[in-house]
Amino acid sequence: MARLSWAARLYIGAVVLVAAVVIVHGPFGDLRWWRNVAVLGLLLVVFESTATLLRPRQLAWSPNSSATLAAAVLLGPVGAGLVGACTMFGMRRGPSVAQRAFNTGMMALSAYLAGRVFVAAGGQVGTPHATPFRTIIGPFAVAAVVHALTNHTLLAGVLWLTSDRDFAGRRAPLGMSIKLIASDLGYGAFGLLIAALWSVAGLFAPVLILIPLFVARWAVAQIAEQQQAYEATVGALCQAVETKDFYTRGHSDRVSRGSVMIAREIGMRGERVEAIRYAGMLHDVGKLGVPTKVLQKTGKLTEEEYAAIQLHPMRGLDIVREIGFLDEALAGIMHHHERIDGRGYPMGLAGDEIPEFARVLAVADAFDSMTSTRSYRGARPVEEAVAELRKWSGTQFDPAFVDAFVAAIKRDGWQSPEPPVLAAEDLNTIAAQDHDDPSTPLRVIDSPR
Amino acid sequence: MTERRHELRRFPWQVRDSGLLLLVVAAGVVLVASVAQTAVEGLRDPRIAVAFGVLIAFGEVLRLNLPGDRETAPIGMAGALAYALLIRVGDHSAQHSAEQVVTVTTIGMIVGALPHLAVGRPAKVSGMSIRLLCVACVAFIFRPLAGNSEIVHHWGLAFSLMTALAVLALLLEAVLTALMRVDEQRALFRVALVDEMRVQLPLGAAVGASGLLIAFAAEVMGLAALAVFTAPLLVTQVAFRRYAGIRATYLQTVRALAKVTEIGGYVEPGHSERVSRLAVAVGRELGIHEPQLLELEYAALMHDIGQLSLADPIPGGATVLVSRQDQQRIAELGADVIQQAQVLGSVAEIVRRQNEPYRGVEVAHEGYRGRPARLDGEPSRPPLSSRIIKAANAFDDLVGSSLDPGRAAAAVQQLRLDTASEYDPEAVEALSRVVNRRSVIQL
Repeated sequence: MARLSWAARLYIGAVVLVAAVVIVHGPFGDLRWWRNVAVLGLLLVVFESTATLLRPRQLAWSPNSSATLAAAVLLGPVGAGLVGACTMFGMRRGPSVAQRAFNTGMMALSAYLAGRVFVAAGGQVGTPHATPFRTIIGPFAVAAVVHALTNHTLLAGVLWLTSDRDFAGRRAPLGMSIKLIASDLGYGAFGLLIAALWSVAGLFAPVLILIPLFVARWAVAQIAEQQQAYEATVGALCQAVETKDFYTRGHSDRVSRGSVMIAREIGMRGERVEAIRYAGMLHDVGKLGVPTKVLQKTGKLTEEEYAAIQLHPMRGLDIVREIGFLDEALAGIMHHHERIDGRGYPMGLAGDEIPEFARVLAVADAFDSMTSTRSYRGARPVEEAVAELRKWSGTQFDPAFVDAFVAAIKRDGWQSPEPPVLAAEDLNTIAAQDHDDPSTPLRVIDSPR
Repeated sequence: MTERRHELRRFPWQVRDSGLLLLVVAAGVVLVASVAQTAVEGLRDPRIAVAFGVLIAFGEVLRLNLPGDRETAPIGMAGALAYALLIRVGDHSAQHSAEQVVTVTTIGMIVGALPHLAVGRPAKVSGMSIRLLCVACVAFIFRPLAGNSEIVHHWGLAFSLMTALAVLALLLEAVLTALMRVDEQRALFRVALVDEMRVQLPLGAAVGASGLLIAFAAEVMGLAALAVFTAPLLVTQVAFRRYAGIRATYLQTVRALAKVTEIGGYVEPGHSERVSRLAVAVGRELGIHEPQLLELEYAALMHDIGQLSLADPIPGGATVLVSRQDQQRIAELGADVIQQAQVLGSVAEIVRRQNEPYRGVEVAHEGYRGRPARLDGEPSRPPLSSRIIKAANAFDDLVGSSLDPGRAAAAVQQLRLDTASEYDPEAVEALSRVVNRRSVIQL
């Protein structure tokens, strides 16, 4: 965050000032009340200090609202505001002074308002021991909603004034607002639990409630770690497969990227996008089952040799079948050489019979082949390859996916691979023909029928 | 499919072995006695009993498989613990007996296991028996005390006692599960226990905390506490399920991609899988802990991946038959591939050094990138996992998919002759024990 505009400074100043005024105005409670403020404040500091970006834009882990909302029930509006103000002691590195000031003001103000709303809605402040528990659920729900809305309105204001999307750190872009409000409400519910248990478990209440949450968070961190490890491993193994053919190195990776571009363009669900990413990476593993001398043959292929090449999608399926992917990814790998007009292989499916993943993969596959250098020709420029895709659109490729891919390339561009530099040791890893290249089909000896 | 026949992990004659039998009988005795007692006395507070029974059944439906084929039911366990530790529900003091806890828990478990049965996933009897015994243990200690005025009125005392009991239950579960695994997989008890605790600790902490929470909160909220306080555990469980799913996919993927060398004609079909099974069995025999065992499995699966970089497959794919230099080159190429995955650093090291003689290389040859010789001139020994893979790989190259015990014995003998410098005697002896057990089953 470089420089704040005057309007933004004024806004932050106002938020902090209002928060300070309402809190200083009191009333405060007795010593016991102060002790509870300290305990809940400490809890908030712990939350604030351990809040991390597990996966930016996907997971905002901010249980802060559970502490402030518990305070709203147990200690009333002023106590809640004080607990919210403890945000300033958070030991998280990263936020600047202005960010910290704003976060503190925002948390204090929203907590105070939540406390006010809780009382106004008929909630009784104090440990819920004395009052029947049921009577506070309604007011609490209202308070939690007000708390979340206040937070996000204030936040939206500062984002608008600074037009700095990263201003509030982990509270990411505006589009996420709904998700964030929902997660805030979810954590808010834990505030009710803390308040409810305060009478029987006292200071241990937050500890007991948070153990499962921290364990969950640990597991989420493990998920992220495993996911990374997994991707790296698949990538490395695909590269190992590609070492067999000098010119197609990086092909899998690029096909994967291309397929994801198409998938995103047509609005596939996140889970399916992930699956098609792996399908792209693994679509050609079956090539290993094709004898090297066939892949590297310069002359025309005999029918048997052509058949061996046509078998590679099936071989690929054999290899990846046992991986717990979506079935769609498997179907994609198996059918990525089918053509819309039904003249592809291995099954000769046509039109809609071809699985969607396969139709997507086919476009990205052919496009990367055309924009890469081959032993028999140089790399084609992107425009020429697009024209070629368009030419075969409707016969070989699904027009919808060709359009989607072209649109995505126009917007995001396409990184064609560098022409490979041939080293002496690579001389025996050159393929003379490429089965993926639609503009130069494999040459097969015509046999008399 | 033929390789399935000599799968090393589960031996047909051990499926119903003494340990499991003892466990099931113990659980059965407790159960029958409890049901009889409950039937005679009648159900106390049926409303509460049904509520907890439903929670336990729900938890059993949402059973979870943790890495390493461990079956758990966190929500069911938390519910059962809470029922055992319950003091009051609202203003009403809970006075159900320990026998009733066991009965309700069992009924809940059985009801919850039905949907699994319906879709053809039978429950593991051992897992359910262990869970039942743990709950019974807590119930028989705590139920007689639950009405005690000291406990009811001294919050701190109740809290510490309940915490201690929850910890006890989880420890007992770890010990019993470890014992079962010793039987099932021929692991060492010490190793199995440590592994069990390491895997179960995070989820166990969440289960224990939730059990206590439900028991306490029932006093304030009544039975609504059951639904409300299951929520945090549900979140945890969802996260764990995804974690276990990714772990499983990861292993499946490495297994699948290890087959690439077979399809490419570089190695004999089934070689990687057989070597990895044998290596894991040997590693377990030698007391390797689970995280390292997983690395050993990955390394064994991928030990021939370097062959992909060869232009022409080695005839028959038997690496034991080619020259030392070529072997080393394959190992290093393979290690380079794995190294690119970054996260598998130690796996790369294991693969890189899989061909070294077990005493280590005296003079590092040119281009050798293993660990340098130690300063005192002693050559550094390759990691234990590398030594195991070396022996397992050689064994499989000699025996292949053959099931002939004579051939296996001859191969072991041949490895033994080379233990002076080449193969680790310890690994070869462990391998010999594993192979002998396998032969016994086949005869």
